[in-house]
Amino acid sequence: MLLEVEDLVVEFPTPGGPLRAVEGAQLQVPAAALVGLVGESGCGKTTLARAIIGVMAKGARITRGSIRFEGRDLLGLPAAERRRLRWRDIAFVPQSSMSALDPVYRVGDQLRRLLRVRGSLAAPAARRRAVALFELVGIDPARLGNYPHQFSGGMRQRVAIALALALEPRLLIADEPVTALDVIVQRQILDALLELRQRLGIAVLLVTHDIGVVAYACDRVAVMYAGQVVEEGPAATLLGQPAHPYSMGLARAFPDLAGGAAELVQIAGDPPDLRQPPAGCRFAPRCPFALVGCGSPPPWQLRADAGVACWRQDEAASLRLAAAEAANWSRPDEG
Amino acid sequence: MSPSARGRLGRLVAWLPLRDPLALAGLAIYLGFVLVALLADQLALRDPAEIFYDADYRLLADLPPGPDFLLGTTSLGRDVWSQLVHGAQSALLVGVTAAVMVVGIGTLVGLLAGYCGGLVDTLLMRLTDIAFGIPFLPFVIVVSAFLEPNLWNVVLAMALVLWRDTARIIRAQVLSLRARAFVEAARATGSSHRRILFVHIAPNVLPLSVLYGSIAVGWAILTEASISFLGFGDSGTISWGYMLQDAYASQALSRGIWHWFLPPGIAIVLVVAAGFFIGRGYEERLFPRLKG
Amino acid sequence: MKAETPFVVVEHLAKHYRGPGGWRGAGRLLRAVDDVSFTLAPGESVGLLGESGSGKTTLGRLLLKLTEPTAGSITIAGQSLAGLRGQPLKAFRRQAQLIFQNPFDALNPRFTIGRCLREPLLNAGLPRAEQGPLIERALALARFTRGLELLDQHPHQLSGGQLQRVVIARALILQPRFVVADEPVSMLDVSVRAGILNLLRGVSRALGLTAVYISHDLSLVRYLCSRTLVLYRGALVEDAPTKALCNAPRHPYSQALVAAVPSSDPAQRRLPLPLVASTAEAPVGSGCRFAARCPLVMPICRTEEPPLVAVAPNHRVACHLGLPAA
Repeated sequence: MLLEVEDLVVEFPTPGGPLRAVEGAQLQVPAAALVGLVGESGCGKTTLARAIIGVMAKGARITRGSIRFEGRDLLGLPAAERRRLRWRDIAFVPQSSMSALDPVYRVGDQLRRLLRVRGSLAAPAARRRAVALFELVGIDPARLGNYPHQFSGGMRQRVAIALALALEPRLLIADEPVTALDVIVQRQILDALLELRQRLGIAVLLVTHDIGVVAYACDRVAVMYAGQVVEEGPAATLLGQPAHPYSMGLARAFPDLAGGAAELVQIAGDPPDLRQPPAGCRFAPRCPFALVGCGSPPPWQLRADAGVACWRQDEAASLRLAAAEAANWSRPDEG
Repeated sequence: MSPSARGRLGRLVAWLPLRDPLALAGLAIYLGFVLVALLADQLALRDPAEIFYDADYRLLADLPPGPDFLLGTTSLGRDVWSQLVHGAQSALLVGVTAAVMVVGIGTLVGLLAGYCGGLVDTLLMRLTDIAFGIPFLPFVIVVSAFLEPNLWNVVLAMALVLWRDTARIIRAQVLSLRARAFVEAARATGSSHRRILFVHIAPNVLPLSVLYGSIAVGWAILTEASISFLGFGDSGTISWGYMLQDAYASQALSRGIWHWFLPPGIAIVLVVAAGFFIGRGYEERLFPRLKG
Repeated sequence: MKAETPFVVVEHLAKHYRGPGGWRGAGRLLRAVDDVSFTLAPGESVGLLGESGSGKTTLGRLLLKLTEPTAGSITIAGQSLAGLRGQPLKAFRRQAQLIFQNPFDALNPRFTIGRCLREPLLNAGLPRAEQGPLIERALALARFTRGLELLDQHPHQLSGGQLQRVVIARALILQPRFVVADEPVSMLDVSVRAGILNLLRGVSRALGLTAVYISHDLSLVRYLCSRTLVLYRGALVEDAPTKALCNAPRHPYSQALVAAVPSSDPAQRRLPLPLVASTAEAPVGSGCRFAARCPLVMPICRTEEPPLVAVAPNHRVACHLGLPAA
């Protein structure tokens, strides 16, 4: 396993008491795999991704758990060693590619500088490598001389990916890399990521809210809800036969091209306030299948190559049938 | 008080920058300043222009502070304490009227320029550029001297220049508000231009106007003091600047009569600094990113 | 075309912008909408599909007279929008409404929800007595059950989904017959999108609204609209029943759009996009505007702009491939 996150807790101090943005999360990224991390905004997926890279928002602290990369616990490493790993072994493509690029330098200069300083390449070698990187992500190397603002959104995203790939990392973490891009561009970026995995054997952790993107590109998926990973497994299984009611709802919340006129599933209610999370299963207040027993936290149960945290996982097959009916999700008191 | 009015007052109080200790200190100073100005006649004890003599008809000049004359007397036998208190009154008048005029002109110009765009914008903004080109102090001196150097003309002359900053900032704000969806929504639901400008846009720039108003108060008091100190002010009104000028002309500084020139000086610094503290507090509420 | 009298008739509509020019001359001409013609039947839900820069938002704004066309005409319910002002314009604004993309920005932050909803009624000059029932009706349409406490809240106290339902309620409050929704769910979180889509579909069917949904997302259009207009760089390239567009797109650009929709079906998965990788865009006016990216490009495509012609009932395509060889 390339990356293993276990029982991770990330806390933020807030005026109303500490907020646990990530609460006991587990995540595994095998070598050369594309893993999707999905969930709605505020579910902690970006916080988890940033905790792995070790670049967290001000005030955030990891209070429990471990992050192992190639068997080494990153949290136990000295800061200097951690910095050395960053970008060289674990690279990051932030949500807004514009913020990854310095607007006053040509993109080629930024790339070459990274290669020379962090990659210890001599100037001619850095130049050759920059050209190769641009070709790799599908941009004309002639555009190395351009400034960030001269690129379109999709192209800029590719530049950010090229920058992330510069030091040949083993793991690339991409936060919403295709959000806000047109479908065709979106597809081209995803294809570029898939191809990179094929050619360089890089593993990718794709943070997204879009089930369609996950279904298209990912081998494995982890679903997050209210700071916790509630289900994890191979993409085909998780999306085809989800075991957690939240995953069932999400999978039916998007219209698709083949789908007929069936009503979409709308998960009633809002995610809980993470300062006062529900005592038991965090999804229980919105779950149409919640029982009295869901008032205590469900354990993380591993089965074959998948994991789920739900008290009723043994009944998943029958719950899936019920979840397919949009009517079973609606509540009269929505408002 | 009706419940809605009470709610509005509550919201206004909630808007005060009470969390910031400096702004809180500023508010306290302002509160004291305004109270003194309003109760000037009661607090002053004496007529600030009256010349006092002792029982032997000798001028009570340069008396040190004492139980009779709290801050002593001037070289002409006037009561410094009463002058200080009346100075607060004119400072309040100058500050508030100047701020109201500056905010009024600046906000209106900014609103019209930003919302109408085109020729109106070009004309108003070039006018603003011209206002930026005017040297402030000389302009105020010349205009007030030309009109007649009373307090109101000094205020008018200041307002004629100081509106420029407010106008520019408000215009920029209006430009960004105009592009917001809720303004387009108002248009799509059939609101008239006047309604969009004054009901939808203006209330959203008002906090910014208030901020610039609070800064203008300090500027106006400071400017009036400078004008009076230079001797171009209203000689019929007691102001802090006038007191300083009087003290300076009477060589109070070289004679070390600190109880004469120090009180008005400290009063100016306190009130002006308090205005900036409050302004800064507001600024941090309006633009939370400024917090370092 | 249907025999029914169309509700919206758009003829040769164009909107050109001039880019910022220097002092030596005018800037580059941008054809946001270029010679677009179509009709909408009453009660029809139509999708405007295109990538960013395709002119779909400009077209939506033109339909609501929020911007003026450079050329061409729009007729809605028998009335031409050209030169509409004063009372007739007010009457038109009551009939035609806009639903916004970003609900966090579409409501005046200083107003209560009640005030936001009352604003259109005030603009229409309705007496207070008539306002209450209309507000209640609109809230019920937007599926609010506890409307009264909502009315005193401010926008920042509501979630994105609730805000978008307020925006929808405001758009419906004057009982319009025509609604344009610009990317109505793109700013919303995944779990509330479905609710808004269900709501929009339910309401436009129940009220018989003629609705235009602007989106870049084909699956969303598939869910809401019976017919879809595909825009590419300002021009209408395909006009087809949505089902036909999804199953058998005719224009090469539509084919790429359909292929780009992420599919969870492993059989269809990861087929290469039918597109030529090209960053160079041919200038508009010299042939087909898709020629540079089209995998099926022919010599004629580079010289002559293809007209929009019917290839099947209710199905029009602007592509030389669909035409009999000249």
